[in-house]
Amino acid sequence: MNKGLPKWADVVLIPLLSLLLAFLVSGLVVMFIGKDPIQAVQVMVSGALGKFGIGYTLYYTTNFIFTGLAVAIAFHARMFNIGGEGQAGIGGVGVAAVLLSVAWPHWTIAIVAASLGAMAFGAAWAAIPAYLQAKRGSHIVITTIMFNWIGSALIVYLLVGPMQAPGMVPETVGFSAGAAIPTLHDIFPAFDKHAPANVSLFLALIAAFAVWVLVWKTRLGYEIRAFGHSEKAAVYAGISPLKIIMVVMLISGGLAGMMAVNTVQGEAERLILDTVQGAGFVGIAVALMGRSHPVGVVLAAFLFGILYQGGGELSFEMGIPREMIVVIQALVIMFVGSLENMVRIPVERLFVRFDKGAA
Amino acid sequence: MEFSTIIQILDSAVRLSTPLLLACLAGLYSERSGIFDIGLEGKMLAGAFAAGAMSAYAGMPVTEGGLGMTWGMAWMGVLAAVAVSIVLAMIHGFASITLRGNQLISGVAINFFAAGSTVLIGQHWFRSGGQTPPLSGAQRFGPINLPFADAVKDVPFLGPIYEGLISGHNILVYIAIATVPLTSWLLFRTRFGLRLRAVGENPGAVDTAGISVVRQRYAAVLIAGILCGLAGAYLSLGTSAAGFVKDMSAGKGFIALAALIFAKWRPRAALGACLLFGLLEAIGNRYQSIDLGAFVVPVQFMQALPYILTVVILAGFIGKAIPPAAGGEPYVKER
Repeated sequence: MNKGLPKWADVVLIPLLSLLLAFLVSGLVVMFIGKDPIQAVQVMVSGALGKFGIGYTLYYTTNFIFTGLAVAIAFHARMFNIGGEGQAGIGGVGVAAVLLSVAWPHWTIAIVAASLGAMAFGAAWAAIPAYLQAKRGSHIVITTIMFNWIGSALIVYLLVGPMQAPGMVPETVGFSAGAAIPTLHDIFPAFDKHAPANVSLFLALIAAFAVWVLVWKTRLGYEIRAFGHSEKAAVYAGISPLKIIMVVMLISGGLAGMMAVNTVQGEAERLILDTVQGAGFVGIAVALMGRSHPVGVVLAAFLFGILYQGGGELSFEMGIPREMIVVIQALVIMFVGSLENMVRIPVERLFVRFDKGAA
Repeated sequence: MEFSTIIQILDSAVRLSTPLLLACLAGLYSERSGIFDIGLEGKMLAGAFAAGAMSAYAGMPVTEGGLGMTWGMAWMGVLAAVAVSIVLAMIHGFASITLRGNQLISGVAINFFAAGSTVLIGQHWFRSGGQTPPLSGAQRFGPINLPFADAVKDVPFLGPIYEGLISGHNILVYIAIATVPLTSWLLFRTRFGLRLRAVGENPGAVDTAGISVVRQRYAAVLIAGILCGLAGAYLSLGTSAAGFVKDMSAGKGFIALAALIFAKWRPRAALGACLLFGLLEAIGNRYQSIDLGAFVVPVQFMQALPYILTVVILAGFIGKAIPPAAGGEPYVKER
């Protein structure tokens, strides 16, 4: 693939050039709807990185690290998990079920229990599509998308039915005070008091490290990558496709579900409708941007955190609808993902010419 | 159950299956040529927006900056829908055929692009939360009453079937149904169709015979674009929505893909599969919650039913569906 291309060009240069193209086209879209793209960038950056905004940016970053890792680990086994949205939503049900079951004495215990609930429910929501892919060959992209729709219907059902708090609002009762986890403001007073970023950011970073260890330092990780490179060769080496697909998708669903610790336990402090808000889909862009590597995923998640928080400012200050973020996200997926060769081929040619010149 | 109720449900099934059928046939051309198309959904949505916007613009009085047309606005909408959908199809073609990129990722990107840009541009143009203005009269496709529909209405059994089920749909419904035999003929009775199927099964052989794989695949992707545009136009101009509403495709592109697999990539079976999905949606719409005595099936379950059924069907309880052999694989010419 990357003949004559040094590693830094493959890992850094090509994604950055692709990203630049995506942003350029996004700028054209902003111009098309009659706004000033330069001003838009200024509003986004100052809105996302200012004292007030950074607490929100990091809150979104936490979500995207989880969903990005979820997509990334599935990519390693050449599985396309597009169901992060549903898995994170159902993960929220898990968090609520755990936190509502008993009065938690201290947040440190509550967050561990909530994480387990989130992972178990998220993984369960990924398990059926995974099993159907492994056993029946049903296309995981379509089944995970269907499970997003089914999941959102299930959550609506739970919130207007069995789990609904007294009253008309579709939400559960609030979690007990012992389940409230510290925000970043509680730890570092420099953060704004209202900013929702909380300790689950550290959980996300731990998760990123754990994924790195799993994929590159364990036997299972080796099997996953071998399977992703060539299913035939993996089977020949005695690796069971059923096992790899199931394990990878359970981990992936569990990671996506973990996002609910941030949104449901950290921010809403009860289960409400639509806690995911597209973060599951952002994970696709994040994983592609980050080259499915945890370090890349964390950086890309921060970038998208800036975009999300800054995008909110855009609608506030310049009247550009929030959907602008979805367009940017689409363009990033397009240029970094499917149109990557548009950048790669010319860059490779340049390097080959340069090499010849040097020799 | 009353006979008239059955007719009503079937009638509504035909309406609901029309966009599925058009999208499903679009996917059929694309996938038969070896190009996966997850982006049916996005092309449909963008088409629906273009149709709604263009039809509204065409019917707007000249004094308000429109074209001031009094007839044919809906057809202008169809043209716009097809044009926009073709542009997205060509992006998909460029990514997956010319650049040999990942076809799934390309389709996902197109879906997001459509979901975001339709609201963005809709808000910029019409300032009503991404919706296009409500359409009326010749801005939409009205029902067509087939000859003698009124006259035979009172004939027992056959009369209501003709009047209530076969007659009274809009032109896009009939176009969609006519596309089925047309597709069968094109795929299985023409040289074009033979080549199209061949590039999806064994592009190397086609290339050896001196036929361009690239051109053949672009042609298939182009046809898929046209059909998705029609499906989109139907959503905004041919249904009771009477205009574009944010995210109005609501997963239909994916259900169409499932129907395609269910139909094992065959046009006539696609018609059956889409009618089945339409029927389920119609039943779900009509019976919001079903009281089974012991417990009540909740409305959310009925709404999720088409998606649940899609999963069930994909699980292959219908026998093995074998996709075109070269599907999803970029063709690399030997050097």
